[in-house]
Amino acid sequence: MSLLEARGLSKRFGGLQAVHDLSFALAEGEMLGLIGPNGAGKTTAFNLLSGFLRPDAGSVSFRGRPLVGLKPHAICRLGLARTFQLVRPFPRMTALDNVKVGALARHAHPAAAAARAAAVLERVGLAGKQGVRAAGLTLAERKRLELARALATEPTLLLLDEVMAGLNPAETETMVQLIGRIHADGVSILLIEHNMRAVMALSHRILVLSFGERIAEGPPAAIANHPKVIEAYLGEEYVGTAPA
Amino acid sequence: MRWGGLAALLVLLALPAVLSSYAVTIFILIFFYAYLGQAWNIVGGYAGQLSAGHAAFVGVGGYTAAMLSNELGLTPWVGMFAGAALAAVLGGVIGYLGFRFGLRGFYFVLLTVAFAEVGRIAASNIDALGGALGLYITFTGDPRQFQFQDNRAYYYIALALLLLATGVAWAIERRRFGAYLAAIREDEGAAEALGVDTLRYKLLAMLVSSFLTGLGGTFYAFYLFSLQPNAVFGIPMSVEIILRPIVGGAGTLLGPILGSFILTPLGELSRFYFGQSGLYGAHLIAYGLLLIGVVLFLPEGAYPRLARALARRRARP
Repeated sequence: MSLLEARGLSKRFGGLQAVHDLSFALAEGEMLGLIGPNGAGKTTAFNLLSGFLRPDAGSVSFRGRPLVGLKPHAICRLGLARTFQLVRPFPRMTALDNVKVGALARHAHPAAAAARAAAVLERVGLAGKQGVRAAGLTLAERKRLELARALATEPTLLLLDEVMAGLNPAETETMVQLIGRIHADGVSILLIEHNMRAVMALSHRILVLSFGERIAEGPPAAIANHPKVIEAYLGEEYVGTAPA
Repeated sequence: MRWGGLAALLVLLALPAVLSSYAVTIFILIFFYAYLGQAWNIVGGYAGQLSAGHAAFVGVGGYTAAMLSNELGLTPWVGMFAGAALAAVLGGVIGYLGFRFGLRGFYFVLLTVAFAEVGRIAASNIDALGGALGLYITFTGDPRQFQFQDNRAYYYIALALLLLATGVAWAIERRRFGAYLAAIREDEGAAEALGVDTLRYKLLAMLVSSFLTGLGGTFYAFYLFSLQPNAVFGIPMSVEIILRPIVGGAGTLLGPILGSFILTPLGELSRFYFGQSGLYGAHLIAYGLLLIGVVLFLPEGAYPRLARALARRRARP
C-alpha cells in the first residue's frame, strides 16, 4: 500500500488553475522528486497535501487516512511534516528553541523536547549553533534549521520545498548528503527541487508538473531526456538537441 | 536572580511600615497596573495577540462583583471569581471570533476595541447598572466585604494579585504552552506546520488572560468604591493596561512589573506637578514622549536591555 496517495487534486486561484487533476502515489521508503518550471504548481501541491490549502476537488490519503479537511497541525502529528520554500524560522528564538517547538509535538515535557532538539541539531550539523538566534544564522544554516525543525516532529514522510535554493555548490553537496542520510534512516521524502543534479542524484522517481498538470513521471534518467520535459523547461525548439 | 527576587519581595512586604499614605497609594497603583499588565502579557505579550480592549474584562469583572454585592449581598471575595469567570466567557467569545476567522494585526485590535466600546455603551445605558453615573458601593469598612479602613490592606492585596499573575505567567513560560505561544507570536503558519494547534493555544491564552483581568476588576471596584462606565470600559483603561508591558518588555516575565515601576510613578508625579502649575493634561504629553522614545530606542522594551546589561556585568571578572 502506498504511504501517500493523491487523487484528482485541483486548486484554482481566481483565473489561475494552479493544480489540475493531479494524481500520484508515494510508496513507503521512497524518495520522490517533484520538478517543474516556476509557477507549475509545485508549492500549491505541497500546500494541498499539508493542509495549508483546501483542494477544490480531489482527495489525499496518508497511511490510509483521508487528510482533506484536517488542519496542518493535525497532519503534522499524523507524521507528515513540511518545510517552507522561503524559510520561516522563529527569528527571535535560538536555534535550539526553534527545533524544540517541533520536538514538543512528540515530547510534551520541555526538558525531553530540548534534549531531542539538541540531538536533531547535531544531526543536521548545527550543534555549535544551539544558542544563536535564528535571525543571526546564515541562509545555509537557516535552511538546515528549517529541515531540523520538521525532522524534530519525527515524521514518516517529509515534504521538502527547495531546501537547496540559494546554496552554493559546497553547501548543496552537504545538503544532498544530509537528505540522503535522513532517507537512509527510514524517512520517506517528497522533494521539490530546482537543482537538477541534486534531484536526479537523490530521487528514485520524478514527477514533472507544468501549468498545474502532470506531464511526465519516471526514473531520473528517463525524465532527463523526456521530450515534454525539455519542452516545458526550454521551449519546443530544444527538443531533440540534448546530447545522448 | 532568585535571591534578588526574594530580597525584593521582603522589601516590598516591609515597606508599608515606613511609607507615607500617599506613597502607599502610589505603590498600590504600581502593583495593580503591573498585575493588569501581566494578565494582558499572557495573550498580548507571549502569544503576540494585541488586544486593545482589555478594559472590557476589568469592567465585566468589576460590575459583576459589585452588582452581586449590592443586590444579593454576596461577598466580593466570592463575587470576584464570578466576575472573572464572566470576563473569561467574554474573552472566549472575542478570542473565538478573532482567531477562528483569522483576524490578525489591526483587525484583531479593532475587534477587541469594539467589544470594550459595546460594554461601555451598554453599561452607560442600562439603568440597573447605574447608567452613565455608574455604580456606587457603600463604604462599611468590613473586610468580609472587601473593604478596609487601612490603605495598607489594599497594598498587600494588590501585591498578592501581582504575585499570582506573575506566578501564572512563570508557569506558562516553563511549559509547552509557553513555548507554543512564543512560536505563535513569531510565525503562526510555521508553528502550525510543526504541530501547534494555534487556534486552541491562542484561545487558552485569551481565557487565562481575561479571567485574571476580570479578577482585577473587583479590586478596582472595591478600592475606589465606584465604577464609572467611561473609566472601567474606556479606551484609556485599555491603553493603561497595554503600556506597562510594552514599555517594560512584552512577552517577558518581569516586563510588566518593570514597566509599571517606570510609568506609574511618572504618570502620578507628572500629573501632580503639571496639575499644580495649572498645566492640566500636560502629563499626557510627558507620557506620550516617553512612549515614542521607547518605541524608537527600546522596541523590545526596557527589560531585555536591562537583562543583557546585567549579564554583561556579571560576565566581567
